Amino acid sequence: MAERDPAWKALQKPSHPHDSARLHVSGEARYADDLGEPADMLHLAFGQSSEARARILSMDLGAVRAAPGVVAVFTAADIPGANDVSPVAGDDRLLADGEVICQGQSVFLVAATSQRAARVAARLGKIEYEVLPAAITIVDAQAAQALIEPAQRMARGDAAAAMDAAPRRLAGRFEMGGQDHFYLEGQVAVATPGEDGQVHVLSSTQHPSEVQHLIAHMLHLSSADVTVEVRRMGGAFGGKETQAALFAGAAALVAHRTGRPAKFRCDRDDDMVMTGKRHEFEVAYEVGFDEVGHLLALSLHLASRCGATVDLSPAINDRAMFHSDNCYFLPHVEVVSERLKTNTVSATAFRGFGGPQGMLAIERVVDDVAAHLGIDPLEVRVANLYGPGRETTPYEMVVADNVAPQIIARLRETSRYDERARAVAAFNAASPVLKKGIALTPVKFGISFTTTHLNQAGALVHVYADGSIQVNHGGTEMGQGLYVKVAQIVADVFAVPLSAVRITATRTDKVPNTSATAASSGADLNGMAAYNAAAAIRERLTEFLARTYGCGEDGVHFTPGGVLVGAETLTFGQVARKAHIGRISLSSTGYYATPGIDYDRSVFKGRPFYYFAYGASVSEVVIDTLTGEHKVLAVDILHDVGRSLNPVVDMGQIEGGFIQGQGWLTTEELVYDAKGRLLTHSPATYKIPTASDRPKHFTVTLWDGENVEPTINRSKAVGEPPFMLANSVFSALNRAVAATMPDNRAIPPLDAPATPERILKAIAGHRAGHRAEP
Amino acid sequence: MAGVRFLLDGEVVDLPEVDPTATLLDHLRYKMRRTGTKEGCAEGDCGACTVLVGSLENESVAWRAVNSCIQFLPMVNGKALMTVESIKAGDGALCPLQETMAANGSSQCGFCTPGFVMSLHGRSIGAKGCDLPVADVIAGNLCRCTGYGPILDAGENTPLQERGEADLADSLKALTSKSGSGEWQGRLWFAPRSSDELAALLAEHPDARLIAGATDVGLWVTKGLRELGTVIFLGDVADLAQIEETDEALILGAGVRYADAHAAMARLHPDLGELVRRIGGLQVRNAGTVGGNIANGSPIGDGPPALIALGALLTLRSVDGRRTMPLEDYFLSYGKQDRRAGEFVESVHIPRPGADAVIHIAKLSRRFDSDISAVCGAFMLNVTDGAITSARVAFGGMAATPKRAATCEAALIGKPFDDATVTAAIEALKADFEPLSDVRGSSAYRAETAANLLRRLWLRHQGMAISVLEVEAFDG
Repeated sequence: MAERDPAWKALQKPSHPHDSARLHVSGEARYADDLGEPADMLHLAFGQSSEARARILSMDLGAVRAAPGVVAVFTAADIPGANDVSPVAGDDRLLADGEVICQGQSVFLVAATSQRAARVAARLGKIEYEVLPAAITIVDAQAAQALIEPAQRMARGDAAAAMDAAPRRLAGRFEMGGQDHFYLEGQVAVATPGEDGQVHVLSSTQHPSEVQHLIAHMLHLSSADVTVEVRRMGGAFGGKETQAALFAGAAALVAHRTGRPAKFRCDRDDDMVMTGKRHEFEVAYEVGFDEVGHLLALSLHLASRCGATVDLSPAINDRAMFHSDNCYFLPHVEVVSERLKTNTVSATAFRGFGGPQGMLAIERVVDDVAAHLGIDPLEVRVANLYGPGRETTPYEMVVADNVAPQIIARLRETSRYDERARAVAAFNAASPVLKKGIALTPVKFGISFTTTHLNQAGALVHVYADGSIQVNHGGTEMGQGLYVKVAQIVADVFAVPLSAVRITATRTDKVPNTSATAASSGADLNGMAAYNAAAAIRERLTEFLARTYGCGEDGVHFTPGGVLVGAETLTFGQVARKAHIGRISLSSTGYYATPGIDYDRSVFKGRPFYYFAYGASVSEVVIDTLTGEHKVLAVDILHDVGRSLNPVVDMGQIEGGFIQGQGWLTTEELVYDAKGRLLTHSPATYKIPTASDRPKHFTVTLWDGENVEPTINRSKAVGEPPFMLANSVFSALNRAVAATMPDNRAIPPLDAPATPERILKAIAGHRAGHRAEP
Repeated sequence: MAGVRFLLDGEVVDLPEVDPTATLLDHLRYKMRRTGTKEGCAEGDCGACTVLVGSLENESVAWRAVNSCIQFLPMVNGKALMTVESIKAGDGALCPLQETMAANGSSQCGFCTPGFVMSLHGRSIGAKGCDLPVADVIAGNLCRCTGYGPILDAGENTPLQERGEADLADSLKALTSKSGSGEWQGRLWFAPRSSDELAALLAEHPDARLIAGATDVGLWVTKGLRELGTVIFLGDVADLAQIEETDEALILGAGVRYADAHAAMARLHPDLGELVRRIGGLQVRNAGTVGGNIANGSPIGDGPPALIALGALLTLRSVDGRRTMPLEDYFLSYGKQDRRAGEFVESVHIPRPGADAVIHIAKLSRRFDSDISAVCGAFMLNVTDGAITSARVAFGGMAATPKRAATCEAALIGKPFDDATVTAAIEALKADFEPLSDVRGSSAYRAETAANLLRRLWLRHQGMAISVLEVEAFDG
């Protein structure tokens, strides 16, 4: 049911503002914490572990219970069912049971008459620990051989032999830090007890079905007894894919045990301490290449800090491996991915889901090769692109939709890359203190959940007898514009104005068994499911009208001017009324499962992705060699969203994704102390980009193309891919640092995030570690 | 007068009894159910809770954007308040700014949006401190979704409005003219209106906590969950809010907000203006005061190093009279200042630099805007006929207090102002500081950049470009 025309003709004018834009700007959009609070509502806070790893010897919660306003205090023993808020492995506890495995872990739960009372009381617990040795860093965990699962290997050809045979070889290593999501709306959930043991949970979650299932198991209820609802989130970025369950679970437990509504609105600092972040990676590589920079052999080692539990780390690290080719054909390659278990908060999903780390790794390799050869890294990039006769990835998927070469060529021209690269060199020759760098990097990002069964979605469309339409689907709205895109698709099926479609909150009692809104797949999956639901109703209406009016079905047309039935024109409302009187069902579910994907994780072979989304960016930066300060001066982006479902929304995803990626690679630094305590647990110390960090020159152009696969409107997913456009910032910074010693044929030892301190350190390292012309 | 009264959309909100450290944000959201104003961080760093506070100044209403999450309720006593719910037109239509933002993609998740609306609305109605580029007006507002482009565009394209607010000014006048005070569960609070009154109160309650903008103390409550005991709010003390500019000096009352002092400080020296621009976001500068930034004794406050280098004098006052001291002498050791019981910081006197002064003030932080220094360096050399006649070098972030670099200064004074002298002074600087490693920077980074800032002073004096903020892209 994926025909392209004429179903999409109304999308000829697809740009609609976000469906909630007017509510956002007026402050009337309601988030979970904005609804009225019943007088008997309880507010919650966790008592947290002070230790990274310890056995709990005793807990004295007397002072907690006695604190003003406290109504109840719960520990693991109070959980009727499974003490589990994990997505897959069953290893994330709602409340610690006998041991703690990271600092900040939830140990006990306070319910009080106000949020402040709960927070004050939560600090009064006296817990006696037997402190155990903890692995805080990747190096600690490597030494202890602490892993969340065995190392994974993806290989093609014979990397070792090709390495030996390569005319030139290099080895290198670098690190990239994690990243806090810093959604502006912190974690929040409101649980309301219903009759007969049922519970309703308003949760700021990307994965209502998972929250539902976990709560059901926790409370010994059936899934049918638990309803989870989310109208919108105030940002998520992956940080509410699995992490919302902790807070929703706590609220549900308290509602269940006390019979009172319970709200968990997590304080920002607690949120930053207690919830997972992007994985920190350490990368080591050896690369064999020829005189013009063809990559002949690559051996890549990716070590990641997964934190204390499994969470989604296996899939995230898999995706890092899948993207360690980026746009480049690697004939002989071995990627080994080591997933380290540390006593820090469990790392989790974050926009890109491992892709950014894998992609930055290969871009670094390319930059190193170019530095060694003394040529522009863009030449190395272009020389290694997938192309005819070299279109198979290391995991044996054919890159059938490769537009990277064209995108790079076009952007190179429109951004005047070569001219500007010369100007940068001239600037550097004349400027002893300030140095510029410029880089063009591409993106190829695989679209689909790599866990194949997740690639399905459901929707529910109602047409009311007055012609108004309600749409519901399994996807959640976190700001990405999913709801408006799906509403556009449904409006289009009936050729009615967008205003005729009422978008409703995502609820597990409307569409069951949903996948997380993640992997950029929200519009692909839910849009198609909603299309199928609406199209089913349209077919019934068509059949009914043809029968009633005695014309053929090909005489029925849904048009913006009304429904044409033979010689007559009816309004959509008239059609709906007639169909209702004619006893035609005006409601339908819709379902969609992504076709064509098939992949065997045991050997890392197959087609994990339905298609790829592409893009490229040019960044120009300047650094101060005395202080390490830097500024991103100019950015030009050309990005492929297929045939856009909504250009305003897609442009927003591209710009926002880029700036978020820029933050990851520059200002956003997570600092832990030796005891595993996160020191950067507030916006006072953790710095996401501000308005002035947006480059003054910033252009975004949509690639004029369409998806080769029959996706909805031939569009492409847009949530994650633009994040990795910011890799050009990091490459440009590297080149600026390199300009401090232009005859050094080494890549500067710059790690991410490129804070002023790291840039200064890289300058010193570059000056000290001279590599001569080969 | 006991209690708190303020005007919200023309209506008087009368709170006879208030918890003096209850926040305005919580009151708006959970007592008045004005939930358009959001809590993003509860520490004044994200701007999601931005509201406009109007006060009566020179017979008219002066509006300021502030973070309501760290405004305590007594701080809005006698003020007018505007929240995101206030600014729609009477017929419920969106205002032009809101229309633009709704249409151009300024919101994605929408959670930060009301805060941006209020910051930019403030700019459009001529609120204080908004005489800056749009990016500076919203530097205290974080957005994680959009990348800021549409928001900046909306700000640029929203026309400035004229507001006739004579009625509101009259209402404010009628609202209160007396000093605020109250008691809540045995805790006293006061809001005196003159420094005489303040001195007397402080004599009576020597242990009282003084609160000016609450940009620091606010976090003791929202994050530290502390009880503050007796508190005295300084925001209404009119004679502490005076700015006096003479040919010889700039004299700032301790209660002068950074935003209000910004222009005068920039006139004293552009580097000082640039430093002030980078203190917090506008909401923080609209609350935080020059005196508070000194009085709290933070080793990383941005004002003190610059003011010390410029030779500022600090005046403290109590019922017993005044004491004036070089600013550097106020900072005794970590957390300890030379403020006696019953004393308060009254004013800071900043001499206007002579024509022979060579000045460089620089703040280093991970992010340019709304960040705290890893190192803040300030230098003032007086140079006559190529020789350095005097030198004042001060740093923040390098020691337990803002501190002068005596050895470095000695290596400069009396020497020719040249590369060799600067190199020697950089060497001498090593004897002055043993900086700590912390979350904002390592000891080595601090030591290296402190030295490099002195190098930068010299290079800039030679006419060399030294700031990345002054560089344009090739095609700018």
